[in-house]
Amino acid sequence: MAKKIGIIVNPVAGMGGKVGLKGSDGEEILAKAIELGAKPECPDKAVVAISQIKQFEDDTLEIYTYPNEMGENEVRACGLEPIVINHMHSSNTKPEDTIRAAKEMYEIGVDLILFAGGDGTARNIMDAVGDRIAVLGIPGGCKIHSAVYAINPKTAGKLVLKFLQGKVKDLRLSEVMDIDEDAFREGVVNARLYGYMKVPYDTKMVQNLKSGRAAGEEAALDLVSRYIAFNMEKDVLYIMGTGSTVRGVMDKLKLKNTLLGVDLVCNNQVITNDVNENTILSYLDKYSKAKIVITVIGGQGYLFGRGNQQISHRVIRKVGLDNILIIATKNKMYSLFGQSLLVDTGDEVLNSELSGYARVIVGYDESVMFKVIS
Amino acid sequence: MSKAYLRKNFHEACWDEPMIYELSTPGTRGILTPEVEDEIVALVGEASDLLPQNVQRKSPLLLPEVDQKHVLAHYIHLTQETMGSNVSNDLSEGTCTMKYNPRLCETLALNENFAYVHPDQDVDTIQGVLEIYYKFEHIMKEISGMDKFSFQPGGGNQAVYCAASVLRAYHNSRKDYKRDTIITTIFSHPCDAAAPATAGYKVITLYPDERGVPDYEALKKAVEETGDHLAGIFMTNPEDIGIYNPNIDKFAELVHSVGGLCYYDQANANAFLGVVRAREAGFDMCHFNIHKTFGTPHGGEGPACGAFGCREFLTKFLPKPTVEFNGEKYYLNYDMPDSFGKVREYFGVAGVILKAYSWAMMHGVEGMKECAAISVLNNNYLEKLLLSIKGCGEAFLGNGIKRQEQCRYSWEELYNDTGVGTNDINKRINDYGIPWYWASHHPWVIPEPMTLEPCETYSKCDLEEYYQALKQAAEEAYTNPEVVLTAPHKSASHDLANPEDLDDPTKWAITWRAFLKKHGDQYTKVK
Repeated sequence: MAKKIGIIVNPVAGMGGKVGLKGSDGEEILAKAIELGAKPECPDKAVVAISQIKQFEDDTLEIYTYPNEMGENEVRACGLEPIVINHMHSSNTKPEDTIRAAKEMYEIGVDLILFAGGDGTARNIMDAVGDRIAVLGIPGGCKIHSAVYAINPKTAGKLVLKFLQGKVKDLRLSEVMDIDEDAFREGVVNARLYGYMKVPYDTKMVQNLKSGRAAGEEAALDLVSRYIAFNMEKDVLYIMGTGSTVRGVMDKLKLKNTLLGVDLVCNNQVITNDVNENTILSYLDKYSKAKIVITVIGGQGYLFGRGNQQISHRVIRKVGLDNILIIATKNKMYSLFGQSLLVDTGDEVLNSELSGYARVIVGYDESVMFKVIS
Repeated sequence: MSKAYLRKNFHEACWDEPMIYELSTPGTRGILTPEVEDEIVALVGEASDLLPQNVQRKSPLLLPEVDQKHVLAHYIHLTQETMGSNVSNDLSEGTCTMKYNPRLCETLALNENFAYVHPDQDVDTIQGVLEIYYKFEHIMKEISGMDKFSFQPGGGNQAVYCAASVLRAYHNSRKDYKRDTIITTIFSHPCDAAAPATAGYKVITLYPDERGVPDYEALKKAVEETGDHLAGIFMTNPEDIGIYNPNIDKFAELVHSVGGLCYYDQANANAFLGVVRAREAGFDMCHFNIHKTFGTPHGGEGPACGAFGCREFLTKFLPKPTVEFNGEKYYLNYDMPDSFGKVREYFGVAGVILKAYSWAMMHGVEGMKECAAISVLNNNYLEKLLLSIKGCGEAFLGNGIKRQEQCRYSWEELYNDTGVGTNDINKRINDYGIPWYWASHHPWVIPEPMTLEPCETYSKCDLEEYYQALKQAAEEAYTNPEVVLTAPHKSASHDLANPEDLDDPTKWAITWRAFLKKHGDQYTKVK
């Protein structure tokens, strides 16, 4: 059967970065970026990636894309013939265009959507297709907090090529982060975990993952989640953080989980799902002992302050620093080799107390010591 | 100095050899055993009647049925296709300490007075063999500062497992049952984590600091967190990136301060043989890979021995038997009530011990020190050459620490520039007559890794030959990447068609029966 791929380029992604605007979300900011002399860079990056796909030897490959600068130009620049869907002629691409393009490609039944952009673009793609099909990002935006991007454009192309050739079959759920750009410009990082998309998983190519043949992600997750699930203490309130690794534990316990939210668990029962800071604090008054279970969020390695703000500095203080269980798959920790984990609880004193070294549980009875900075 | 040169017109033997089962013809026999005479059958019955029914097979063994000539030809073909050690330039097997195996040692081991004895023989008939064990143990004690050795472990991993077992026996003897955790480092040999884990210990792994040295501050935190649950530390030094841990004594001191014991993996001992000892570093136990450091063939090319040594207070926990001398004769001591048991049968692979003993006696103290010095010198010379190749870098380059006997290089720059990575370089140098190349132990946290260990037995020319092969492959990556990406071109077999299948257990078959079961439908028999 012919392989089908969808290509979406967000031509304006990344324009705000070089001119110091920390993003390009919103028409006003974009206009300002252009006024400040920003030039589109994302299309060039897309060309680098797409040119790798040219090596795919099967001439039945069908490349679906949107008109002009949303993909058509880039595909043609690589000497490939795209099937252009829709006929918009606007040179003023909006998020709705990205969403519509992704939806249409999903309906056509493409095997994968390759998109170029930043966190905002990833969010749009997620809104359109969720985790229903494989996607991969070409990093082109100002902010790449999401983990759905390849390390660089060339690698994105190579990974898609391997995916089309059937050499990479594993898909893994990777984080889409949502950073509030307006707040970010004011110097406040207000990030939450927006959701997950399925990206082709090659230990060498996604994010910083440099590992060779490591255990499959699923097996690695299974070990970590088993360890936590089987070693939970009686009558202790467990504050189960956000993310797919924590979801792994909840799945092992056969409990309903909020992927992007915080759940409370005690004695293998859900106390309540998707709680905010105040609810957690009120429950903490009712239990003599509590533990926090969190994972390392995003490609940058955040423990607190990104995607799990419900577990605030007040919550952490009340639970106690000795009662934090950090879990992650081995592959995730290998991918952070040479980096440090980050904390940003909003409380400088707590941040410095959390800094130093943390023990991250990476398997059954296995953990690593990792440096933490704020 | 012997000359070595880059073989640009090399080609490996290629026999297109089928699997032995494909050569099978029902009814063919290699050896016809004589029928048992009627008289004997009448007296003792059928041989098969001597075995209880419940241990007898119901169906015959599925063995290939091939005549002698074709069996011989088949295996000679395979050996010609694979190239053994000592045939080509194998300095590249970093962490493996591939060195030349002196013919004298091999000849001694072939002596039938030695080769044909069996460990089940009465000890009175193997006094000479036991004497060699005993004397070699003295050499090992002197080299390490340990008080006693066991040669029972059949390799490095078993030696580490042995250490984990001794560790448990020690803590249990003190009724200190809660010690359930060990610490290791990420660039230690993977068995330093895996063997204690197999023995039931929890494992904490330390990542290195920014200079590539195991992070002492991380150790402090790990020790603080584990407290009286800490059983010990298992670590390699120098680690597989060739960096000697300058804080090694501080590591041992800290672990001891909370009641843990220290185990020194000395599989990378070539850098310090006769120079530094485990005892002075503060360690309680250690092992040497006899099959590497002491000149005997390594890995698939020969049997192994992980010599395990410990301090006096741990000797009673050693595996049994130990080889002893009572002033008159050598004997095997099984009277060890505190021993943890065994990691395998008998008391160590005799051929390996004999070869290693001969090697040690040939070198003497000064000779061993010279081996260490030359291996470090060779490595630093090769490092200088390789870092001049465009695209070749090194882990923690510029950290101001001189490398020991090996280096972990990185082809990251080459990969980013050309798309040619370490696996491709590995395959391409096969075309120049070099089948050996070691990327890295797992995990591959150093991108596109390559680990080389030029031991003392390689000449300057050998180092330069290897450098020329890598330089050639790297230059080709920039000028004609296709030739590297599609390599090897001159090997017995080409690249795997679907290398990703190696990650898929549903496709593995390690027996013919499994192969037919999993792939029988796609398999066409050889005509």
